[in-house]
Amino acid sequence: MNDSTDNPLVAFRDVSFSHASAAAPIISHLTFLVAPGETLVLLGQSGCGKTTTLKLINRLLLPDAGEVIVEGKPTTEWDPIRLRRRTGYVIQEGGLFPHFSVAENVALVPALEGWEQARIRRRVDELLSLVGLEPRDFADRYPAELSGGQRQRIGVARALAADPPLLLLDEPFGALDPLTRASLQREFATLSKSLNKTAVFVTHDVREALLLGSRIGLMQAGNLLLLETPENFLKAKNEQAMAYLETLRVSAGSIQEDAP
Amino acid sequence: MSFFSFLKQNWPELSTLLRQHLSLVLISTFVAVAIGIPTGILLTRKKSLRGPVLGLANIMQTIPSLALFGFLIPLPFIGGIGARTAIVALVVYALLPIIRNTVTGIVGVDPNVREAAVAMGMTGRQILWQVELPLAMPVIITGVRVAMVIAIGVATIAAAVGAGGLGVYIFRGLRQYDNKLLLAGAVPAALMALSADFGLGLLEKHFSFAGRRKTGAGPRVKLITLGGVAIIALALLFYSGWRNSRSADPAANNDHVVVGSKDFTESVILAEIVAQMLEARGVTVERKYELGGNLPHDAMLASRLDLYPEYTGTSYTAILHHQPITDPRAVYEQVKAEYAQKFGVAVSEPLGFENTFAILIRGAEARRLKLKTISEAARYASNWRAGFGQDFMSRADGYPGFSKAYGLKFADQPREMDLSLTYIALSSGQVDLIAGNSTEGRIAALDLFQLEDDRHYFPPYEAVYLVRQDTLSGVAQLREVLAKLAHAISTEEMRQLNYEVDANKRSQAEVVREWMKRKGFDGL
Ligand SMILES: Nc1ncnc2c1ncn2[C@@H]1O[C@H](COP(=O)(O)OP(=O)(O)OP(=O)(O)O)[C@@H](O)[C@H]1O
Ligand SMILES: [Mg+2]
Repeated sequence: MNDSTDNPLVAFRDVSFSHASAAAPIISHLTFLVAPGETLVLLGQSGCGKTTTLKLINRLLLPDAGEVIVEGKPTTEWDPIRLRRRTGYVIQEGGLFPHFSVAENVALVPALEGWEQARIRRRVDELLSLVGLEPRDFADRYPAELSGGQRQRIGVARALAADPPLLLLDEPFGALDPLTRASLQREFATLSKSLNKTAVFVTHDVREALLLGSRIGLMQAGNLLLLETPENFLKAKNEQAMAYLETLRVSAGSIQEDAP
Repeated sequence: MSFFSFLKQNWPELSTLLRQHLSLVLISTFVAVAIGIPTGILLTRKKSLRGPVLGLANIMQTIPSLALFGFLIPLPFIGGIGARTAIVALVVYALLPIIRNTVTGIVGVDPNVREAAVAMGMTGRQILWQVELPLAMPVIITGVRVAMVIAIGVATIAAAVGAGGLGVYIFRGLRQYDNKLLLAGAVPAALMALSADFGLGLLEKHFSFAGRRKTGAGPRVKLITLGGVAIIALALLFYSGWRNSRSADPAANNDHVVVGSKDFTESVILAEIVAQMLEARGVTVERKYELGGNLPHDAMLASRLDLYPEYTGTSYTAILHHQPITDPRAVYEQVKAEYAQKFGVAVSEPLGFENTFAILIRGAEARRLKLKTISEAARYASNWRAGFGQDFMSRADGYPGFSKAYGLKFADQPREMDLSLTYIALSSGQVDLIAGNSTEGRIAALDLFQLEDDRHYFPPYEAVYLVRQDTLSGVAQLREVLAKLAHAISTEEMRQLNYEVDANKRSQAEVVREWMKRKGFDGL
């Protein structure tokens, strides 16, 4: 799992990006690698460029300078449709289709890929159970008939549906209660290990980062301050990192014992 | 006769008009949808085109319909007289709401949903068909709904280009001051508009509901079935509409003559006289009656029409734009020469009567005072009250010029009223002098007397037929018929014919047949 850093699944090479409407660059000279099978967690304050980084990976955005390389090929050379079908994306705001039922939403990419109906149905049931939603109860509902947390879980199921080798998750568990979140975090940890998924995972929650990340990247103003394993992150002398860890201690004294 | 028994009696004609109206509306809405939705989609992809195209559609919607018809008639393929022209005009009016709502609907799709669609690896086409169009559908249907209601309203004007529809009753009702006819046209049109609004409202609700609720089949399947059914239904209608409008092609061959008329009774009667006489001589006649405004003129120049009845004064002023003059011979010769040279149109010999302003008093009064001319009557004017129609009061060659020419001073300021009511006001003694129409049917029936315009104030409006020269030289029977009709219809006869149709509500064809028999014109 760690022996293939010279053959990374995703590589940022001195990537810069700015929106046409804003002068200041959102991402500047960003460089990092994501090894196959690892879960890279991006941590950072609101507006620091985490979502933008994800969108550069599945070619929703193209870099102004530098290269984003996925499976050895720059995103500029990928057929965007192929790239995106191989990349599961959990969108921060959900982005479910309001006119599709839950089952149809989850089945989106398999249907686009032309899977046969029976296989799609099995897959949808499997995924709904995985994210803790009873298929019989939820499959035929529409997004407007779900709670915010339920919608978020459908978003996760949709991203996993076609079994993509690469997952981009933008605060996938942000709207969940601590218990459901803990259970989904466990599911995700098992899943990514057993299926050897590569994931880039955005979160604001240090605890989640420590729990799920094989490495944690701390972002600030469009760049990485720090990119460390959870063990090293806990020992980091970086001011920002220490501030994040401080939030763990302040919020509840006992949490310390949970940290890996 | 009650309104309902009237409807019952006229049901065959009314149902034809209804069907025509409905097919005009459905075909034009269908075409507008077929053009408008793709255009709207294009505008969401090419932002720079949005302003110009929507602006153009906006301007097209403000063109007055008669002007649009006049512009369309001479055009190849889409022009002519009949359903085709009407449909083109209706499409022009229906486009704006459909294009605008398609743009609004698609642009209004939640950007998160659109981004998700892109991120899941959907192609542009998949996003359009599976995401943008279904989500925009309620807004697009609102546009279609607005377009259809507009089309139902505007289709009443289609009668002006001979395309039929409920406008036929509305125009006829207005002309004949017949409220039953007016209502028989207007009420079904209003009901049609209401039910279209309601029906499409339901459809709209169905589509927005599909966004939240489980429905039998998926919304996409429904959409396709619905579209399919609509296309088949419309194709059938289109076929029948096409069959009706196909005959609107210009009359090229020699024993086929297209006879037109303007949209009032007398013009239809005169056209029908020629039509029946030609048919008696083995010529195939196509009737294009009740065309609005100056459309018969436009149609004749576009070779869509071979012949229609006209008045020299109208040609002289309204078509050739000369200042009115009073010498009938001079007007006739000038019109004849200019029509031949400018339009390739021949002018028949005058038919024998004029349709001009007629200064009328009660017959009893005329006999008692032994009055024959307006000059003689002017002396009594200071004891009289006058009643005039709005048209006469406002035209420069109406009341202002007329009263000056004869030095008229009435007891009171003339009363302005509806032209049709002035006849009754005069005969019942509420006014003593009116300016009527010289061929009005009720002049004889109400015992009214027309004073002679001895100072020749009113410009001459001699009835003639205008004929395309090509047709005239190609159809020998037409020359023969026109020769027979020269100076053949007196003012009294024309009044009688108008009276039979307007007051006695008889059909033009029947009245004409009877008259021809009396004149001995029915044989060859
Ligand atoms: N379309 C856009 N045009 C201009 N600026 C944008 C656009 N989208 C995002 N930005 C800016 O880019 C910066 C980075 O945005 P990004 O969405 O990557 O932040 P983030 O790290 O995901 O924040 P959060 O934790 O709040 O989701 C922000 O300052 C944002 O205002
Ligand atoms: Mg974000």
